[in-house]
Amino acid sequence: METANITKKRIEKYLSEGKRFDERKPEEFREITIETGVSKKAEGSARIKIGKTEVIVGVKLGLAEPYPDSPNKGNLMTTAELTPLSSERISLGRPGIESVELGRVIDRGIRESKFIELEKLCIKEGEKVWNVFIDIYSINDDGNILDAAGIGAVVALKDAHIPKYDEKEDKVIYDEPGKEKLPLSKNITFPITVRKVGNDFLVDPTREEEDIVKSRVTIGMNKQGIASMQKGKDGSLGTEEFDKILDIAEKTWAEVFKKIEKHTK
Amino acid sequence: MAYKRLDGRSNDEMRPIKAKVNVVPNADGSAMFSIGDTIAIAAVYGPKKMHPQHQQDPEKGVLRCTYNMNSFSVSDRIRPGPSRRSMEISKITEWALSPVVMLKKYPGSVVDVHINIIQADAGTRCAGINAASMALAHAGIPMKELVSSISVGKMDKTIVLDLDKYEDSDFEEGEGSTDIPISMTGDGKLTHIQLDGKIDKKQLKEGIKMAKKACEEIHEIQKKALKETIKK
Amino acid sequence: MTDRKIVIPGEVIVKGDDYLPGEWTEKTEKGIISLRYGLAEETKRLVKVIPLSGVYHPRRGNVVIGKVENVTYNGWVINIGSEDNAFLSLMEVPRFVNKDALEEVMNIGDSAVVKVWGVNRRGIDLSLKSRGLGKIEEGMIIEINPYKVPRVIGKEGSMIKIIKEETGCNITVGQNGFVWIKGDKIENELLAKKAILFVTKKSFVSGLTDEVIKWFKENKKESKK
Repeated sequence: METANITKKRIEKYLSEGKRFDERKPEEFREITIETGVSKKAEGSARIKIGKTEVIVGVKLGLAEPYPDSPNKGNLMTTAELTPLSSERISLGRPGIESVELGRVIDRGIRESKFIELEKLCIKEGEKVWNVFIDIYSINDDGNILDAAGIGAVVALKDAHIPKYDEKEDKVIYDEPGKEKLPLSKNITFPITVRKVGNDFLVDPTREEEDIVKSRVTIGMNKQGIASMQKGKDGSLGTEEFDKILDIAEKTWAEVFKKIEKHTK
Repeated sequence: MAYKRLDGRSNDEMRPIKAKVNVVPNADGSAMFSIGDTIAIAAVYGPKKMHPQHQQDPEKGVLRCTYNMNSFSVSDRIRPGPSRRSMEISKITEWALSPVVMLKKYPGSVVDVHINIIQADAGTRCAGINAASMALAHAGIPMKELVSSISVGKMDKTIVLDLDKYEDSDFEEGEGSTDIPISMTGDGKLTHIQLDGKIDKKQLKEGIKMAKKACEEIHEIQKKALKETIKK
Repeated sequence: MTDRKIVIPGEVIVKGDDYLPGEWTEKTEKGIISLRYGLAEETKRLVKVIPLSGVYHPRRGNVVIGKVENVTYNGWVINIGSEDNAFLSLMEVPRFVNKDALEEVMNIGDSAVVKVWGVNRRGIDLSLKSRGLGKIEEGMIIEINPYKVPRVIGKEGSMIKIIKEETGCNITVGQNGFVWIKGDKIENELLAKKAILFVTKKSFVSGLTDEVIKWFKENKKESKK
């Protein structure tokens, strides 16, 4: 159920004093827990918990024909589902626009930063390549599924191996773990979403806090800079506010990276 | 020659089971049930007003189950979204649980049960039903009994309990494999049975007897999981 | 059987003919069985189960806190956490309401303390026609398990009294598990929230009142930093 109006006012007032209900600072993330190997059947997988929010991400590889304009490159496809399992607010039926946006935003960050070395996924030029599928599922929505999904995608990709390809039979042997890891660049890329509440900014909102967010900017970053960006929701931002958002995103990215670093080696 | 199981289990032995309750904090009730390498989670929301309105039952609440396999739960990736198989299993799950759930007090409402298979190694619908049963109790839904579910099967001529993926999909010797998922209430009544293969009446009865004993064991595990969650 | 024990649906609480089946139990040939996940309790041969979870069951006379979900031409649809939405008719408001300006009295997202005055097949009817009822202007609302409400209130209000005194807050605990906290400082409201959640987590512990007093000693010190 959506947060009551009076509670929303309290959250906003407290934030204007630089404080949050769970005693975090506005630019502080909740505790992040990372697990890999969540599904043995995936080529790579991860479970990310940020506070009570939980997301699982799986990476699967499959054989395919390359696209005509990139005959020697594998392809990336990212889907996301905000599941009805994870929140009473999500109804049954086809994934809504939030799920579609989530998948595309995560995809963009990974694609534009060239994190996956797609040219190394070519088996036979013009005929056979590996396609990489990233699938994201929300398990419990207590806010900030966006960033949890982004971190999950990177960790799952890092966890991924290329399955064995039997050239003679022309098929993939999935249940034998491949020795080769998925070729990834050193550009660990994941998003930080900065939200605007009233005149203040915060990161990693709880579900309650997310109910009063009027604008959010999701910035996919790595050590080299910015790879992707998406502003969401229907508020507007002044250019000075936007500058502040970039600063906060950069600073928070570095802090979160420290927390997840060992899973990205 | 008698059938020997690849993982060394005896014919009436189940794979190791883990059960846990309260795995989805947002849900009114939730649980995880794993057997061997098959992992299922279930989350229950309700009772709440049923939408769309035309699906409301003015006499009692409606149980609505949705079974979904994660795309990466299997070796050959499944395209995300419902399939005919998942729709059928959703309905089977509903029929397996409906006889114990008491929803006369909630006319016009719905109890949603969402089942998600995280890792699949045969017996997924049974694991889903086991998780759902715990989640429903955890959610405070009035129930006469819990429901426990397990598959029995016939490998060539031998009756076995809890088929793993090899036994379910790849075994082809002799008479091949027959797969029989079964669900029973805590007081031994059958609420779900399906069969794929070839079996005679005598062997089927033997299989059901084996399943009944296994369901009693599973029931104890489900009960323990529900009671343990309180001690924190 | 004097101790409360946790039972699950279908579990036999007592065997034999000496007992009567009370709330959330049923008599079968096996004995008296539970129909809920809860605590089994026996008083004077009557066996009942106190649920540990589940949706709020409204009873006539309950004072609850709800949130406006919709404004119609003649009233407000209010979510009180039961499986059916409840309705507050403009006839049940103790002052004149302009039929064309219902939103000015209460709009979507607003909270109110209301009384359940009727529960029937059509739905749940609410009223504001009593002292202490009305729209909530300020503070915060938290949600707890409705079955823990008696513990949070305490015997003759003893538990909630301690929390109110220690935090200086006005606290209204709805029978439906929605709690309204209003203090002079947000810090105090949050302290009250934490205390209430502490009570719900420890609801099985005996001597909880002493635990809560101890908890306040520890936690109030911290917030003064």
